[in-house]
Amino acid sequence: MTEQNRTLLRGAKILGGEPQDVLIEGGTIAEIGRDLQAAGAEVVETDGAVLLPGLVDLHTHLREPGREDSETVLTGTRAAAKGGYTAVHAMANTFPVADTAGVVEQVWRLGKEYGYCDVRPVGAVTVGLEGKQLAELGAMHDSAAEVRVFSDDGKCVDDAVIMRRALEYVKAFDGVVAQHAQEPRLTAGAQMNEGIVSAELGLAGWPAVAEESIIARDVLLAAHVGSRVHICHLSTAGSVEIVRWAKSKGWNVTAEVTPHHLLLTDELVRSYNPVYKVNPPLRTEADVLALREALADGTIDCVATDHAPHPHEDKDCEWGAAAMGMVGLETALSVVQHTMVDTGLLDWAQVADRMSFRPAAIGRLEGHGRPVSPGEPANLVLLDADYRGQVDPAGFASRSANTPYEGRELPGRVTHTWLRGRPTVVDGKLVGAA
Amino acid sequence: MKRHLISAADLTRDDAVLILDTAEEMARFADRPIKKLPTLRGRTVVNLFFEDSTRTRISFEAAAKRLSADVINFSAKGSSVSKGESLKDTALTLEAMGADGVVIRHGDSGAPHRLATSGWIGGSVINAGDGTHEHPTQALLDAFTMRRRLVGEEGAALDGRRITIVGDILHSRVARSNVHLLSTLGAHVTLVAPPTLLPIGVERWPCEVSYDLDAVLAKSDAVMMLRVQRERMNAAFFPTEREYARRYGLDGERMARMPEHAIVMHPGPMNRGMEITAAVADSPRCTAVEQVANGVSIRMAVMYLLLGGAEPALSREDSAHPSPATTPDGGAARRPAVEENN
Ligand SMILES: [Zn+2]
Repeated sequence: MTEQNRTLLRGAKILGGEPQDVLIEGGTIAEIGRDLQAAGAEVVETDGAVLLPGLVDLHTHLREPGREDSETVLTGTRAAAKGGYTAVHAMANTFPVADTAGVVEQVWRLGKEYGYCDVRPVGAVTVGLEGKQLAELGAMHDSAAEVRVFSDDGKCVDDAVIMRRALEYVKAFDGVVAQHAQEPRLTAGAQMNEGIVSAELGLAGWPAVAEESIIARDVLLAAHVGSRVHICHLSTAGSVEIVRWAKSKGWNVTAEVTPHHLLLTDELVRSYNPVYKVNPPLRTEADVLALREALADGTIDCVATDHAPHPHEDKDCEWGAAAMGMVGLETALSVVQHTMVDTGLLDWAQVADRMSFRPAAIGRLEGHGRPVSPGEPANLVLLDADYRGQVDPAGFASRSANTPYEGRELPGRVTHTWLRGRPTVVDGKLVGAA
Repeated sequence: MKRHLISAADLTRDDAVLILDTAEEMARFADRPIKKLPTLRGRTVVNLFFEDSTRTRISFEAAAKRLSADVINFSAKGSSVSKGESLKDTALTLEAMGADGVVIRHGDSGAPHRLATSGWIGGSVINAGDGTHEHPTQALLDAFTMRRRLVGEEGAALDGRRITIVGDILHSRVARSNVHLLSTLGAHVTLVAPPTLLPIGVERWPCEVSYDLDAVLAKSDAVMMLRVQRERMNAAFFPTEREYARRYGLDGERMARMPEHAIVMHPGPMNRGMEITAAVADSPRCTAVEQVANGVSIRMAVMYLLLGGAEPALSREDSAHPSPATTPDGGAARRPAVEENN
């Protein structure tokens, strides 16, 4: 497709508002209004679908290099496009670890080559995710991959001195450290949320305090050194309270929540079905409600998928032997609609904020998370919000199928995604790259 | 009763009493010169042990053999790398071999549940201990022992009996199964442990909790001492063995403060000098050896009821399929058929 292509969306509800026409020319939104005329443009009748800015994920595991049996940059970005994403942040816990400019550039280049979704690599905070020695954060920042977010995700930067230094060091180039908050000594061998259910099931507990104590420490550290800190996959009501308090102090703290923590609880673990095994673990209903409220009032800045693909055999086994994680890119928007929009907690403009504007701002990602206005890049997603259907992993573009929603009815379906004006998804189907 | 025995919580009061009564019948046959029943002739029981436990395996093996089942011992100590694959692959192998019942011991909590619900096998699954989750036949043999010593009446439950369970509750599958079963049978259960060895959430269990052994001894009809691994000390669950023994161990002086009729129980193997002194372990009030003998009767009863197809309440899909022990008389079906000349 050439830069000169024109696409006219008829009757799209921009951020859920009144139906309007949107004209895309080349990679840009050219015009918005009623009854637009555009000779030669390809017309998309939207039937009143919701038009949102392309979604931005701050937390995606693309698995390449090293675990191409579970996902690759190609399959992961195809899944992202199908889910309405135009940019994803690829986590660093690959093999080898993304702790050098070479590895992050490789991942970034693959994303660019395939063209389904922009891939912004996350750089490891420490060499080999070992928590001992800072990785070359500056080199990754200066590389072609333009790394702005640094995380040892999968592992916590638990050493307070290393965390302090990392927070301070990235100030030089406006980076941010994204912390996987998990006190390792309190979670040795942990299998699920520690509480009533774990006591009955005889599974080693992952207590809320193991997350909350690290978050408390890190917001204090960030305040002390005047840095920004981002909290990955916040999962407990107590964590919400700490972040709310830190924000009330004016400290530069941001946080994300995963779709699954907005919907699922540890009661599901009673099935011992490892599809529900995830880190941090599914918590209680009280936690779920606190997370929804915090996402609604802005205490939690954004939704991030923590898309974590695993091959079938790593889940088709007993609980203790199973891998932790769930795929999420292709169901995130539906889960957010189900838990936040259909419940009246967020409107579509706020969904755009939590799933596009804010994550792009946290990641200092230019060209994404922009308003749907003339002159802006045409990174857009069209959602049929009236759709209801059962989740069927057979239709996933992801190489893995470890979804906790199989067979569950969820609302909403992404019909179109545009990356800089080029469609990556049309009528719910992937479109080959240019 | 369900098709599998995974958790003591799955048993209704009637189920549990039926198992105890059936075990009494089994125990009576054990006293006869010929101990074998033809009930499970032609059926295959697999002992699938991912964890070493000679005691438990032998008990199940003896029970299955006394019911004339073909027994296959499958010792599958999983490699740490591919533990999951080996459970599924092993299950598929057993299915191909036509296992009617699988007795599974596994280090991971929930492994028997997975085996029973994943569609890997079609036979009945009996949990012989999974991780720190449950060990339902142990709880049944404990209840059997208590009923004999404290009630002495078949058809009865354990209503009003006060049972104290002492020790490492956090890591104990025996305690979890006993809390479910004993409360179902009407007993009052009290757990005693240092707070470090009680799970978060224990307050929701159908029992009382105490940190003070001396406070509950005089009110106990049975005191069950759980094995406490010395290594727990290294993870700071308690300061020293000596302090543990002093605060939570059962010695002769403490036993003397129990009611006259009260018994001391231990699922074994005992850690003499830790949770129990030699004097108490060897006293006539300690039922540890009796529990082992009762274990065979209980496991016979469980296999008879799950695999024998004799009990109308059993939800076997093939209930129309004739089985060796089926009798037209529903009442008589509870009685195992004896074949004296086997
Ligand atoms: Zn993480």
